[in-house]
Amino acid sequence: MNITVCVKRVPDTATRIRIAPDGRDIERDGVKYVLSPYDEFAVEAALQLVEAAGQGEVTLLSYGPESTQESLRSGLALGAHKAVLLTGTPDMDGWATARVLASELAEGDAGLVLFGVKAVDDDQQQVGPMVAELLDRPCATSVVAMDVAGDVVTCRRAVEGGQEVVEMDLPAVATITKGRYEPRYASLRGIMMAKRKPLVVKPAPEVAPGIAVESLSYPPERPEGRIVGEGTDAVPELVRLLREEAKVL
Amino acid sequence: MADVLAVAEARDGVVQGVSREVVTVARGLADALGGRVDAAVAGGRGAGEAAAALGEQGADRVLAIDGAEQVDVRAVAVAEVVRGGDYGAVVFAATGPGRDLAPRVAARLGVALLTDVVAVEIDGGRVVVTRPVFAGKALARVRALGAPALLSIRPNVFPVSDAPRAAQVEHVALSGEASAGGYRVVGFEESAGAALDVSEAAIIVSGGRGLKGPENWHLLADLRDALGETAALGASRAVVDAGWRPHAEQVGQTGKTVTPKLYFAVAISGAIQHLAGMRTSGVIVAVNRDAEAPIFGVADYGIVGDAFEIVPELATAVRKLREQQG
Ligand SMILES: Cc1cc2nc3c(=O)[nH]c(=O)nc-3n(C[C@H](O)[C@H](O)[C@H](O)COP(=O)(O)OP(=O)(O)OC[C@H]3O[C@@H](n4cnc5c(N)ncnc54)[C@H](O)[C@@H]3O)c2cc1C
Ligand SMILES: Nc1ncnc2c1ncn2[C@@H]1O[C@H](COP(=O)(O)O)[C@@H](O)[C@H]1O
Repeated sequence: MNITVCVKRVPDTATRIRIAPDGRDIERDGVKYVLSPYDEFAVEAALQLVEAAGQGEVTLLSYGPESTQESLRSGLALGAHKAVLLTGTPDMDGWATARVLASELAEGDAGLVLFGVKAVDDDQQQVGPMVAELLDRPCATSVVAMDVAGDVVTCRRAVEGGQEVVEMDLPAVATITKGRYEPRYASLRGIMMAKRKPLVVKPAPEVAPGIAVESLSYPPERPEGRIVGEGTDAVPELVRLLREEAKVL
Repeated sequence: MADVLAVAEARDGVVQGVSREVVTVARGLADALGGRVDAAVAGGRGAGEAAAALGEQGADRVLAIDGAEQVDVRAVAVAEVVRGGDYGAVVFAATGPGRDLAPRVAARLGVALLTDVVAVEIDGGRVVVTRPVFAGKALARVRALGAPALLSIRPNVFPVSDAPRAAQVEHVALSGEASAGGYRVVGFEESAGAALDVSEAAIIVSGGRGLKGPENWHLLADLRDALGETAALGASRAVVDAGWRPHAEQVGQTGKTVTPKLYFAVAISGAIQHLAGMRTSGVIVAVNRDAEAPIFGVADYGIVGDAFEIVPELATAVRKLREQQG
């Protein structure tokens, strides 16, 4: 079975974010980019499933600027077989992104399409299930472990208060969260081989926007806090402040 | 296009508290648009009748969808309700079940979805929301272009307000339009002690690596118990990576984003990825033996000192206070 993993290039979590002069986007210069951390879990899940089956290929699919090629190469170095980049400028319109990705996926033969549970920049948790609806396939979200047997994939999902077990008929879609899959490191050999693996770059199809970003702003500064005191002696005063000043107890 | 649909949540027939926030927001939008609020609920036997209480927050009608517990079926049903109405907006909760459901409904309706909304208004007849982006490092003001506007609100952000109405309960029959199918829930394993999800708790007691090991978590659990049943435990990633606590409790950029009224960060340094998940909490209390720890930069109140001494003392003081309050 072939598996496609949708991956997004996002600003590194430690990056400082500065709003661009037009107030609608962030300054893109000087920002360090990485594959979104949950997408790395999804890549690892795909590699393990293919390795366990002893057959099948892993394809990486991304919608993003030309520079995304770099992230896709790093995914190929981990062991993915090929990659497709649909060039364009995704914004936080997950519905637009879902239609772009689905247009490519509808052409493919992937028995499983995997997503990160969320991209850590827009943090919407929506693109995976939207793509599933567009492809008319079942979708399990927040999956921590999965196993394929025949035409059925069994997924464990992290839900309130525990784990839910879901079976889906293939072809299917899943969004992956932290669980069984610890992302591997690229080997030197992997990095060398990645250079020769196929990476198709083509323009993303045009889709009509569903939202308009009007402006970005910085969140209000938190009011200056204070050190109530040192050691256990400060506890009564803290409790008094929480009750009388903050009114939360 | 003047009505608003509030998608309420029920588990085992019990309507979840966050639904009152959802209805409050829906009421505000409907008043601005000049329409009615319907609350849709699918949560097993009796959920519809239980949801009649949402009339308190301004629901005019409760639409009880029976037999739609599984998320794929629920998505079909909610989309059908939306198509059958005259809704300008549909409001979900950005909880686990809400996040699972909302994008499916959006895709079925062919409209965008604005998630984790922290403020909302009607501007020029359109829904305009504010939502955090880049892990809370910026706020985006975003306009929904399609109709209806779909949004999910972040729990604990919108104060519940009352606008009482006598909500009539109507049962909605599923038309039988198939979902994609091929999705079967076959099991559930409860995890020990995780009664309340950290993303929905009103109070969170989070612990970091400074607590030295999982065997010391009873200290935090005791403080949580002292704080009452709206309190839950959280953790830093260092703690989760070490295997001391489950990932479900992780707060931060690669964990959960939380907005409790009160957040305790105990022996947590306050790395940028942790702050990303909790900096919009109402009141932040930090306990750390290092006066220079970055967590004090966002804390409203801090105590410098040894968590092993301070936390038990705090639990005792909170218990005493709650006893006095009765
Ligand atoms: C891509 C990426 C994503 C990440 N996502 C997250 C995330 O989602 N959530 C998250 O939390 N982190 C995340 N991190 C990790 C983050 O950078 C920090 O490493 C982590 O938050 C540190 O956890 P900590 O504060 O528990 O541990 P430490 O940084 O080791 O801090 C321990 C603290 O305990 C204090 N202490 C020690 N002993 C005591 C005592 N007896 N009493 C009182 N205080 C004491 C110390 O002074 C110190 O401040 C991420 C990192 C990366 C690179
Ligand atoms: N531009 C994109 N290109 C490829 N995959 C994406 C893109 N945006 C989102 N995704 C996928 O969808 C997941 C969820 O994203 P989101 O709904 O934005 O939180 C991500 O973890 C990726 O797997």
